Amino acid sequence: MKTIKNIGLILCFIGFVIFTGSIFTGKNKVSQETFDTWTKQKVKSEFFIEKAQKEIVDTELSAFELSHRITEIAKASNKYHKSRKKIAWNKIIPLKWNKTSKDFIYPLARASATGWPQQNEGLFFWITFGLAILGGTIAFATDYKLLGKAGIKNNGIFQHSATNRGHLGILAFLFFVGFYVVLYFFPNYLVNPITAVNPLSKSLGGNESSQWFLYGFMYCAVMSVFAIRMFIKYRHNNYQILRTAVVLFFQIAFAFIIPEILVAFNQPWFDFKNAFPLNYSFFFDWNINNLLASGNMGIFMLVWGILLTLVIVPVMVYFYGKRWYCSWVCGCGGLAETLGDPYRQLSSKSLLSWKVERWVIHGVLGFAILMTALTLYTYFAEIESWRKIAFGISAYDIQSSYGFLIGSIFSGVIGTGFYPILGNRVWCRFGCPLAAYMGFVQRFKSRFRITTNGGQCISCGNCSTYCEQGIDVRAYAQKGENIVRSSCVGCGICSAVCPRGVLKLENGPEQGRINSTDILLGNDIDLMQYVNKK
Amino acid sequence: MDHIVIIGNGIAGVTAARHIRKKSNKKITIVSAENKYFFSRTALMYVYMGHLTFKHTQPYEDWFWKKNNIELKEGLVTDIDAKNKILNFANSSTLTFDKLIIASGSKPNKFGWPGQNLDGVMGMYHKQDLEKLEKYAPNSKECKRAVIVGGGLIGIELAEMLRSRNIPVTFLVREQSFWNGVLPDQESEMINKHIKEHHIDLRLGVNLKEIKSDKRGQVASIIIEETGEEIQCNVVGLTAGVTPNIDFIKESLIETGRGIKVNRFLETNIEDIYAIGDCAEQHQAIGQRRNIEAVWYTGRMMGETVAQTICDNKTEYKPGHWFNSAKFLDIEYQTYGWVFSERNKPKNEEHFQWKHPKEAKCITISYDKDSQQFLGINTFGIRMRHEVFDKWLSAKKSIEFVLEYLADANFDPEFYKLHEAAIMAKFNTEFDTNISLRKKSWTRIFSK
Ligand SMILES: Cc1cc2nc3c(=O)[nH]c(=O)nc-3n(C[C@H](O)[C@H](O)[C@H](O)COP(=O)(O)OP(=O)(O)OC[C@H]3O[C@@H](n4cnc5c(N)ncnc54)[C@H](O)[C@@H]3O)c2cc1C
Ligand code: SF4
Ligand code: SF4
Repeated sequence: MKTIKNIGLILCFIGFVIFTGSIFTGKNKVSQETFDTWTKQKVKSEFFIEKAQKEIVDTELSAFELSHRITEIAKASNKYHKSRKKIAWNKIIPLKWNKTSKDFIYPLARASATGWPQQNEGLFFWITFGLAILGGTIAFATDYKLLGKAGIKNNGIFQHSATNRGHLGILAFLFFVGFYVVLYFFPNYLVNPITAVNPLSKSLGGNESSQWFLYGFMYCAVMSVFAIRMFIKYRHNNYQILRTAVVLFFQIAFAFIIPEILVAFNQPWFDFKNAFPLNYSFFFDWNINNLLASGNMGIFMLVWGILLTLVIVPVMVYFYGKRWYCSWVCGCGGLAETLGDPYRQLSSKSLLSWKVERWVIHGVLGFAILMTALTLYTYFAEIESWRKIAFGISAYDIQSSYGFLIGSIFSGVIGTGFYPILGNRVWCRFGCPLAAYMGFVQRFKSRFRITTNGGQCISCGNCSTYCEQGIDVRAYAQKGENIVRSSCVGCGICSAVCPRGVLKLENGPEQGRINSTDILLGNDIDLMQYVNKK
Repeated sequence: MDHIVIIGNGIAGVTAARHIRKKSNKKITIVSAENKYFFSRTALMYVYMGHLTFKHTQPYEDWFWKKNNIELKEGLVTDIDAKNKILNFANSSTLTFDKLIIASGSKPNKFGWPGQNLDGVMGMYHKQDLEKLEKYAPNSKECKRAVIVGGGLIGIELAEMLRSRNIPVTFLVREQSFWNGVLPDQESEMINKHIKEHHIDLRLGVNLKEIKSDKRGQVASIIIEETGEEIQCNVVGLTAGVTPNIDFIKESLIETGRGIKVNRFLETNIEDIYAIGDCAEQHQAIGQRRNIEAVWYTGRMMGETVAQTICDNKTEYKPGHWFNSAKFLDIEYQTYGWVFSERNKPKNEEHFQWKHPKEAKCITISYDKDSQQFLGINTFGIRMRHEVFDKWLSAKKSIEFVLEYLADANFDPEFYKLHEAAIMAKFNTEFDTNISLRKKSWTRIFSK
């Protein structure tokens, strides 16, 4: 069995190596036609066109050389234009590390790739994703036998370098962060992996694959493989099995397949479960305009999105706690609960981190609300979003800095990249504005709580250690108090790992939900009453 | 201002300190020789198994003590001068007190076996035992086999620990079936089976004769009393129960028996000196409890109680209904009220039992043969609500009532399969009754 597991790991590793290696082996040859289409859309400078015509058209280049040359030519061209007496600003090519590669270079790199992967899309898919998925599935499936009888099996977690911030953990961290940086800012190097999912993209939505399609597919694939791990690890726990299955379903159906199908039917790409303010661009002018221009379906989406945030979310949180969203529906939560599960024990439980968490997450919520208010103001006041309104800042400036700082860096690079260092759910805990909003409801008006079972706690600390949200569950349990915390996402793992059956997630009457006690159940009744009354 | 000194920073001592702090601004010093900060002894196993780090076993962050103005003193108390109210330490420092709470806990039993002090022989009680285990049994290469002597709760935990590193384990149990002095046969047998399924070499009805050493003074093998069989091993775990850790008190004026003798106010024979937790021995047993109760919960309750007395609200130690819990490898166990084993049960106690046909789940409900009054429940593999049973025990409900409302007591996570109907059906057949199960009701669960 151990051998089979190793074979699985090796297969998975090979898939990964080819996948990663393909980033460095891209070949491009820009044809005249591709070049002309691209320059027509992107470039106004004749200087650039002339120089690029000579240096890149019909020349075989690696993806790196191509990107490098374009940047160099753009710099030369900008220099040339700036040296003119009358500067033609529209001919200047904006050069920004986080924009140029993805907006300017990527389209050309994507259209001009000519390497082996482009000629063998199908095969390339199977030797990268195919192998990695197959290998991962085999490796996790063997746990069914290797872990022994069903039950909590956390043996060795703090002794293994992958799950204890050791070398493997650091390696995973660098890989995740690197991947997100490339995905968000340098997709021009991801052309080969993007090609691997091209056939799939075409058959689903009919379009050529983009880096976002790649991301969406990888997301689903990673979640599926790691869901197998969850199903086996928690096979004795129906709560875990169900919630994993449901969150996986929502990811694959609502975030991946349905939006693609919508696109195929000429409807806007729309993720029905992605609620504002997590979906921070929902009220951006382009999105509203786009929805308004998309007929009945668009109107429905607009109304649905507003209802979701204002009615459905709070009502559901009232009845079931925010877990209904965070652990059962949300994609970010879904990834954290599958790929992130091996890292949950790394989240800090200190009081200090709780303080930081509250400042940061509520800060992001404030930022999102202010930005949206401003956006809506400009929208209804019919001010163009790029027009400066105060301090030389426009609504667009704020939107794009939110998109960059929160949307990309926080939720992606840090939120997922830092799993192996700060524990899974970094984003959900410190950043997600929707979580902050639902947190208020959960804390102040909800039927959800984690009940502490009388005086049974032995203060062992398993619950706190394995709480991904860094809640010091034990601090409540050992006092006999229920856990009512705004950040709890109801993953149910504290209850699962408790060796004494102390914790139960449940929805019950609001009365008595928060029960502060001094003397725990089991001692002298008079003493309990005497002390607890005061 | 009174200076309260507490010997021992286990659950008993720390609970007392916290409650005294809540009620007063007296000067508090906690003394310990084991570790500066309070940690949860019950979690030691998880450190070796890699579920936790040692830090995780500490329920309070390090700043907590200073913030609450509780002084921590590291050192081993060697002797108590009760008359002059002075503690003497191994490093010859001293500490004076106005009131003293002794909460020095237990130590593992050693029954004078030949070889019991060899290298590689250890109990599993203190942090230092854990360090020893890490040294002598780091993996299955260094430790080819371990033998555990004594089939109680700590023994089975030690077996689980060693198995987590794939170390072969032989488990010597004196009884004919695991823990059957406490558990009814049905449950004890289920645990026997479960132990074996975890590839632990369980030997029932045997005693340790001696431990043999190799040339370096380290464990080489053990001999079984009954069969004379010799088993090669590198580590021997002694887990045949615990005794109060009171050697340093024996010379003092404080009265001791097996433990430190206390009355219902947890007072010793000397004024201003109290004893709580594992080390305290009641003059007279309370109800069906033992005179010395070496469990977490009672340590905590005594701490809660003695704090009241120290803060001028003299309070008797009156534990409520008995409860306890444990985990046998993968099987969780909870108990509320009294359920005795067939061997030890009083004449009036009868049992109703149910066992899952396939899974490792079962319950035993004990009741009074004559009055049908519900006396207690053992539950394996099904979690139950403490509060509900506590209420039913106080209200002296009948066994029929308990079964009828059993759904209220279930505490398993949501979506778990429920077994109340099957349990009810068995009861109806056995007792020739026709009770139907009530649906779970929040109102009932919450009513006081
Ligand atoms: C492995 C293990 C698992 C357990 N699991 C459970 C369980 O699941 N449920 C349960 O109810 N109970 C369990 N117990 C029992 C429970 O841990 C004890 O009953 C409880 O810890 C006793 O608390 P205490 O405060 O009385 O003493 P202790 O926790 O023993 O603390 C006493 C402290 O005093 C210190 N001390 C003693 N003498 C001196 C001295 N002369 N000078 C200075 N310091 C001194 C000791 O070093 C120690 O730190 C378990 C015990 C062990 C060992
Ligand atoms: S408190 Fe429990 S249920 Fe809530 S997030 Fe933490 S581990 Fe999950
Ligand atoms: S895991 Fe259970 S017993 Fe351990 S500290 Fe948490 S609630 Fe208490």
